[in-house]
Amino acid sequence: MEKSEILQKLPYAQPFLFVDELLEVNENRTSGTYSFPEDSYFYKGHFKEHPVTPGVILTECMAQIGVVCLGIFLLKDQKTADFKVALSNANVDYFLPVFPGEKVKVISEKVYFRFNKLKCKVKMFNAEEKLVCKGEISGMIKS
Amino acid sequence: METNEIIYCLKKIVKPYVQNDVAFQDFGQGTDFIKDLEINSANLVDIVLDVEDEFNIAIDNDSMDNMTTVNDAVRIIKSKQKQA
Repeated sequence: MEKSEILQKLPYAQPFLFVDELLEVNENRTSGTYSFPEDSYFYKGHFKEHPVTPGVILTECMAQIGVVCLGIFLLKDQKTADFKVALSNANVDYFLPVFPGEKVKVISEKVYFRFNKLKCKVKMFNAEEKLVCKGEISGMIKS
Repeated sequence: METNEIIYCLKKIVKPYVQNDVAFQDFGQGTDFIKDLEINSANLVDIVLDVEDEFNIAIDNDSMDNMTTVNDAVRIIKSKQKQA
């Protein structure tokens, strides 16, 4: 399955798509990047006059690249083009802030994919390759 | 393995995922994992993976779909152990 095909199948659109590029996808891992546009809507309120990317958005970015992209790849042999996805668990620690305009890289490793549940260990790094956040994220993915 | 022994092990496995503690006090063969204990489907997967490790068996998709009560789990565990 081509990386571009996976990006096309992502069930997100602006302003809630947090994947720019997929660098690597295989049975066990994915990596990809996203640059946070300086005019993203959440910077207007998080925080007042001091824009920082919210942790929930970093988690969403990790889930989209690390869990949903991998899930689409793992379901590639399913006949139906349509699928449903739901976040079931996220346990994330945050280490560094991400400011407007920063580019991040997400690396995800599959823990297991069974009975429609995909559990991954996911890490996010900034442009200096410093760890921004890491954790375990699970989702239910059904076609 | 005896039914009581299996239920005892199941109770230990299920405990961390239980949302309804009152229902958990009456844990027995008739207990429904989702309706009574209010466990979500994602955590039910974790329970099944723990059951596989604890009883050294493999649970297939059909068995997973049929595992709604403690009684179902006991029946499936016994039949898989016989196959092993």
